Amino acid sequence: VKAPPLPKFLRPTPPRPGSKDAGGDANGANDASANGAPAGAKDRAVEGTAQVVGWLDERTGLSPFLRGFLYRKVPKGTNWYYTLGSATMFAFVSQAVTGVFLAMYYDPSPTKAYDSINHLTNDVFAGELVRGMHRWGATVMIVLIFLHLGRTFIFGAYKYPRELNWIIGVVLLVLTLAMGFTGYLLPFDQRAFWATVVGVNINASAPLMGPYLADFLRGGAEFGATTLSRFYAIHMLLIPGLIAALLGAHLYLVAKLGTTAPPWLKAEKAKALAKEEI
Amino acid sequence: VADKPPKQPPPKQSPYTAERGIPGAYAGETVTRRRLFEGSALAVGGIATAAFALPALGFAVGPIFEDDSPRRWQPIGSPPDFNPDSYVAKVISLVPAIGDGGKTTIYVRKASPKDTDSLDQPFVAISTRCTHLGCPVRYVQASERFICPCHGGIYNIQGQVAGGPPVRPLDRFETRVHEGQVEIGDRFSVNKKLERFSPRDPSNHLDGLWQYLYPARPTT
Repeated sequence: VKAPPLPKFLRPTPPRPGSKDAGGDANGANDASANGAPAGAKDRAVEGTAQVVGWLDERTGLSPFLRGFLYRKVPKGTNWYYTLGSATMFAFVSQAVTGVFLAMYYDPSPTKAYDSINHLTNDVFAGELVRGMHRWGATVMIVLIFLHLGRTFIFGAYKYPRELNWIIGVVLLVLTLAMGFTGYLLPFDQRAFWATVVGVNINASAPLMGPYLADFLRGGAEFGATTLSRFYAIHMLLIPGLIAALLGAHLYLVAKLGTTAPPWLKAEKAKALAKEEI
Repeated sequence: VADKPPKQPPPKQSPYTAERGIPGAYAGETVTRRRLFEGSALAVGGIATAAFALPALGFAVGPIFEDDSPRRWQPIGSPPDFNPDSYVAKVISLVPAIGDGGKTTIYVRKASPKDTDSLDQPFVAISTRCTHLGCPVRYVQASERFICPCHGGIYNIQGQVAGGPPVRPLDRFETRVHEGQVEIGDRFSVNKKLERFSPRDPSNHLDGLWQYLYPARPTT
C-alpha cells in the first residue's frame, strides 16, 4: 500500500540551481544563505517549520500514524451527516475549555456559589460570554449527540463490526447526560437547587439501589454542606476524564474500522447485481 | 461410518521446567523465572493500585454509612403559640452553616384528639418535603390540605395522601416540650397508617410489598 503524499509544505525543498551540493542535501536553505544568495523570508519560514516537524517526526514516528488517521479512505456517498460526531466532539472540547476558565472564578461552597456566579457573569470581563457559551454549549452538545446517535442508527452504522463503538457511544451519551445533571446545580439559584432535589429523588425512586445512590449523590441523607462540592468534582473531574478516555477509544475504533456507506448506496448496488444475474 | 482412531490423551507435560527443555532452568524448578516475575509484577501493581483506590472509593461512598446528623433539638416557640386546628409555619435548620440551603419550613400544630395516629407526640410537626419527588408543599387553611406545586400532590390535615402521585404521607419531626419551649427533633417517616419508620427519601414506598424494595439507611 502506497502512503498518500505528504502535504506540500512538508516536502523537502529541492536544491536551488547552481548551489554547492545540488546532489540533494535536505538543508537547502542553509546552503543557499552560505552561498551568498539570501533565501526569501517565506522560504526560511517554510524551511524552519519543516525542520521542527521533521525533528518531532524523527523522534516520535508520528507521521505514518497521522497520515493513516487523517488521510484514510471514506466510502462513496459520505455526506454532511457524517460530521455530527466531530461536531459533538467539538462541542465537548469547547465545554472543556470554557469550563476550565469558569473554574478560575467559581467557588463551590453553598454560601458563596451564587455570588461567585453573579460576580463572574456581571463583573468579570467577557464573563457573560464565556458562561453563556458553556451554558448554551451544554444544550448544543446534547442536541448534537442525539443527532449523531440518530444518524448512526438510521444509517445502520451500529452493525457488525461496529457494535463495540455503538456501546461506547451509548456510555458517552449517558456520561453527557450526567454532565448536564451535575452542571445544572452549580449556579445554585432556586431553579438549580430544586431541580437537583427532584433529580436526586428520582434516583432514589429506583428499587433497592435507589436510596443508596441518592445518599451517594448528596453525600448524606440531606442536601448538605458537601453536596455542591461533590457535584462540582463529579462535573469537572470525574466525568470529563471518563469522556475524554472513551472519546479516544471511540475515535480509535472509527479510524480502525472506517465509516459505513449510506444505506441507499447499498440498495443501488444490489439492484445492479440483480440485473446482472438475470 | 469410517471408524475414527480412539482419542489419544495429549502427552502430559512435565511439571519441571528443566525436563521441558527450557534453557537456563534449575533442577526441581516448576515455575520459570519469567512467569514468576510476571506474576509478582502484576501482584505488586495490583496491591499498589488497591492501596490508593480502595481508601479513595471508601472516602467517596462513606457518607452512605455514617450518621452525619447528630440528634439535636431546636426550640420553635412556646406551647400556647400552637393550636390543634390550624398549622403554624416555622423555619428550622436541617444542615447548619450552609445558609438558606440548609433551612426548611415545617408546619406545626398541637396534637388533636381527632388524629388517628398512635405516634405519641405532643405536637404534630409536618415536613414540607413532598413524598413524590421532594418539592416544598404549602398548607392551604381554607381547604385544610397540603398542596405541592410541582406535580400536584395533595395531603390532608394529617399529612396523608389525598390525591396525586405521592407514595406515602408527609414526613414528620419529633417534638417535645422542654423548659417551656416546643422543640423539634429528628425527622421520621410514616406509612399510610401513620406508623413510624426511619427517615426515608421521597418516592420510597412504605406500604405492602413495595416497602421491601426501598431499604432503610444502614445508619438507622
